[in-house]
Amino acid sequence: MMKLSVDIHKTLRSREREFHLHATFAATDDCTVIFGPSGSGKSLTIQAIAGLVAPDHGRIQVGSEVLFDQAAGIDLPARSRKVGYLFQDYALFPHLTVRENIAYPLKKPWQWGMPAAIRDAVEAMMASFEIAQLAGNHPHELSGGQKQRVAMARALIRRPSLLLLDEPFSALDATLRQRMRLELLELRKRFAVPLVVITHDPADVEVFGDTLVVFEQGRVAEVGRRQANSGGWRQKVCHLSRWREGMRGHEEKAVG
Amino acid sequence: MPNLAPLWLTLKVAAAATALSLGLAVACAWLVARRRFWGRELLDALCTLPLVLPPTVLGYYLIVLWGRNGWLGGWVHERLGLTLMFTWQGAVLAAAVVSFPLLFKSARAAFESVPAEYEQAARILGDHELALFWRITLPLASRGLLAGVMLAFARAMGDFGATLMVAGNIEGRTQTAAMAVFDAVAAGDYSLANTLVAIMSLTCIAILVTTNILMARRRYA
Repeated sequence: MMKLSVDIHKTLRSREREFHLHATFAATDDCTVIFGPSGSGKSLTIQAIAGLVAPDHGRIQVGSEVLFDQAAGIDLPARSRKVGYLFQDYALFPHLTVRENIAYPLKKPWQWGMPAAIRDAVEAMMASFEIAQLAGNHPHELSGGQKQRVAMARALIRRPSLLLLDEPFSALDATLRQRMRLELLELRKRFAVPLVVITHDPADVEVFGDTLVVFEQGRVAEVGRRQANSGGWRQKVCHLSRWREGMRGHEEKAVG
Repeated sequence: MPNLAPLWLTLKVAAAATALSLGLAVACAWLVARRRFWGRELLDALCTLPLVLPPTVLGYYLIVLWGRNGWLGGWVHERLGLTLMFTWQGAVLAAAVVSFPLLFKSARAAFESVPAEYEQAARILGDHELALFWRITLPLASRGLLAGVMLAFARAMGDFGATLMVAGNIEGRTQTAAMAVFDAVAAGDYSLANTLVAIMSLTCIAILVTTNILMARRRYA
């Protein structure tokens, strides 16, 4: 069990508009879903947890480790946060093979070749992800599902204390999606790593939403836990999605 | 057999000039491509300036800076008794300044073509900034950088104005191929002029074709 607590403010300014993010929630479950439409600040929030974006002020804590605390002057660089991150389109390094991609976090920057210990760790990881036969391939030669496995292996090889996933299944077709969801659930158990999944797909909420955080226009509209809601999330989330579509319909009517 | 010494000197000067500007051009290009700071546009303009200024103006700046009584050149001459004026090293300096913008522009475009997401992924996977530059940015920008190096080399080979002002046109010491063509035509020696012109044209065509091929073929689908 892990505790993640987030309370951050961030303002983004562009020429046309301003976006205020105020994300505040806490989660103790091993699976947390951040649910909301695009542009609601979900991605910005997990980027802040990973250390890719510095909040204006606030605090982020994972377990006993404070990753960011503006008041105390703490801002761990991304490289020291021990957080795994699965990018929406995987961000596999195109100039490296599958083996080199997975070995990347273990290798020292100036190291040529691959020491035996690292090679063994990578072989073991590839075997457990059933991608050993792809070791010498480059990312552009892989299918969507294969890319996702490689990206997971790369993110997990250093045993992060938390795995953040940005819309993990949106790049996959529908049949693969359900399979990869189950795979991820299985991985979570095997690596004992807590997950934070951001999504706008109600089906992800159903599978991963032990804690559900709903984002609306840069704010947390609601935080709920599955136990308190024995009927599951489907009804609630579908209701939210429908309600939002309804709103959009109204706006379009108002504009048109 | 025509005197081909100017050609060898040209190759030597162009290679040294390209090597000299490479480090600074890559550093400036990375700053402009990846960092947001006050004066970024000004730095870009300064780095591009040699492309549009007349070479004689560049030569004049170099004399003011590196001449025997120049700001830097005066100090060097006083301390070490050396000067860059009318030496092949002076020609290297002139060619480096003239070719710098081509390297800078190519390097900037090359760095900007590397998706920032790869660098973010590398940060999360444990890299500090220098490490991810070495492991991600540089390899992914390498084709563009190589194309820039070749363009800069071609430009450095062909410089006339700035080199003439700084290094002069001393046969056997600072006379590059471009100068030799000028002298040959002035002296009516068309067979020498034709030989030099043909060799330089072919070299530059080969460089430009190679650059185009490098830039057109993408390594990763």
